[in-house]
Amino acid sequence: MAGYVSTATAAPAPRSRASSATSESALVKWTLIAIALAFIVLVLVLPLVTVFIQAFRKGAETYFAALAEKEALSAIRLTLTTAAIAVPLNTLFGVAAAWAIAKFRFKGKQILISLIDLPFAISPVISGLIFVLLFGANGWFGPFFIENGMPIIFALPGVVLATIFVTFPFVARELIPLMQAQGNQEEEAAVSLGANGWRVFWRVTLPNVKWGLLYGIILCNARAMGEFGAVSVVSGHIRGETNTIPLHVEILYNEYQFAASFSVASLLVLLAFVTLIVKGIVEWKHHAATVQTDQQGGH
Amino acid sequence: MHIEVKNLRKTFGSYVASDNVSFSIEKGKLIGLLGPSGGGKTTILRMLAGLETPDSGDIIIDGQRVNDVPPQRRGIGFVFQSYALFRHMNVYDNIAFGLTVQKAPKARIKERVSELVALTGLSGLEKRYPNQLSGGQRQRVAFARALAPEPRLLLLDEPFAAIDAKVRKELRSWLRSTIERIGITTIFVTHDQEEAVEVADEIMIVNGGRLEQKGSPIDIYKNPLTPFVAGFIGESSLLENPSALKGFEEDFPGAKAIIRPEFVEIGKPGELSTPLAAETGVVRNVFFRGSSWQVETRIGDQTVVGYRSLEKPAVHPGDEVHVLIHRLYLFNDKQSRIVENSMKDDPMPVNI
Repeated sequence: MAGYVSTATAAPAPRSRASSATSESALVKWTLIAIALAFIVLVLVLPLVTVFIQAFRKGAETYFAALAEKEALSAIRLTLTTAAIAVPLNTLFGVAAAWAIAKFRFKGKQILISLIDLPFAISPVISGLIFVLLFGANGWFGPFFIENGMPIIFALPGVVLATIFVTFPFVARELIPLMQAQGNQEEEAAVSLGANGWRVFWRVTLPNVKWGLLYGIILCNARAMGEFGAVSVVSGHIRGETNTIPLHVEILYNEYQFAASFSVASLLVLLAFVTLIVKGIVEWKHHAATVQTDQQGGH
Repeated sequence: MHIEVKNLRKTFGSYVASDNVSFSIEKGKLIGLLGPSGGGKTTILRMLAGLETPDSGDIIIDGQRVNDVPPQRRGIGFVFQSYALFRHMNVYDNIAFGLTVQKAPKARIKERVSELVALTGLSGLEKRYPNQLSGGQRQRVAFARALAPEPRLLLLDEPFAAIDAKVRKELRSWLRSTIERIGITTIFVTHDQEEAVEVADEIMIVNGGRLEQKGSPIDIYKNPLTPFVAGFIGESSLLENPSALKGFEEDFPGAKAIIRPEFVEIGKPGELSTPLAAETGVVRNVFFRGSSWQVETRIGDQTVVGYRSLEKPAVHPGDEVHVLIHRLYLFNDKQSRIVENSMKDDPMPVNI
């Protein structure tokens, strides 16, 4: 799952009813719907259902035992810690970058936009490797940190760094098109009315992008908790220490503990459901707000 | 507030938006900044408000140089062309914004907002959001919002551009009378000369980043100082070779002329009172203009357009007519001047 960004919030699809001129016959319509449904069931629903079937194959007791296991708990804790550090940092970065790109004129803006997308273009494994090369025992800065008692690779900082790198475009990518579309006239109006920069941000800029921002944070969080490739390279798979949930799932699976493996995996599936639901709500709210903004005139 | 601007210059890359503009504005005046689109009007306005930094030159407000005063502390109200209302705030909060950021007491804010809501005729709409308002209502909210913190100067950028023609007329006279009542110094930008003439006490004509002329509407109409102003204000057309016309043979090397249809009289032979001052031309086209005929005539190789009353006998394409030109605005690359028809004053030249 190399990078994806849904730009649904940036360009809300118009809710138009198909006119008779562009609609197809009922046969075509239902065939298309059937194909789409079959595909979704085969590729999405079936695997997800399998996760739960496998997880509960040996009963609910085994399921909860697998989750309550010491190493599983440690993995859950590490995943939550990582997300708790990476998501706020990327939110901060994303807002700052989007603000700079949308509101100021400067040279190299296009380069900055491209750079923000870089983590999506690079394979997660490479993203992990670059940190090993930088901070590993034989890396450029690695020996310095190891001597000072703060190893980065095969430790929490490495996991966090890799996660930040991989999830860093989400918030910025959601906000940039939104803020560019809104321009900075409202900010100028606020300034001419006497508001300082800080107030302009809290009273004008942030309320205008809050749904887009929340959407970006949700996507960022989902990816931060689910990231496998980059984290796998830097973590070292030390049980009870540097395993995140996805890594723990893999280890259990490789040890043929299928039920336990799927039990832990089901946590990630649940996270996905929660993300989807929150995303749905945010999109709905956002859409309502955008539609209102788009309406011109009226009375 | 008294405003003085000295040699204001601003460039965006190679584009000169403001080219050594200087002017001063007396307290309480309503000034129209008029000119073609892209001529630098909005840039001047934005520099006054502090939203744009001039490359050089001074902005002096009430004797104090404000170039380095941030926009927040200039005490200038700005109404944007697209209004820039805060979309997530209702009408009340929009108008209250300026006072809220000043941390004014709640009661004072409430009092001021209701005062402005009444002034702008927005009563009952306080809880509406910008997207639930019509164009004219939004414009009035933007106006009230700019006025709320009691600015010393009000700047309006194309205030009527986004409003349909019918409402625009009403809003114009409303704005004019409201500003008169408040007595606030106001500058508004427009590209519509009718709007500028109707609303402003004084007009400043800006073109290519340069201030071409400043004066009362009637003064600018009567005594245009530059060829651009002569051509921009009123209805006009250009004559390439005015010295070929009777009564304008004087020595003015390389001159061209701007001619207005209201300075042209067109009559059938025998109709005009001073036929000797008139040229003979041939009617090319006749257009019905509602209250008069617009007659296009050809004199030699030049085209002169004039109006003719519907009461008089109609002329038709191909007819020979007398064309009396009362006045021309002559100019070359060095000088310009308004010239009266010299033959008109001497209707009975002595025949030798």
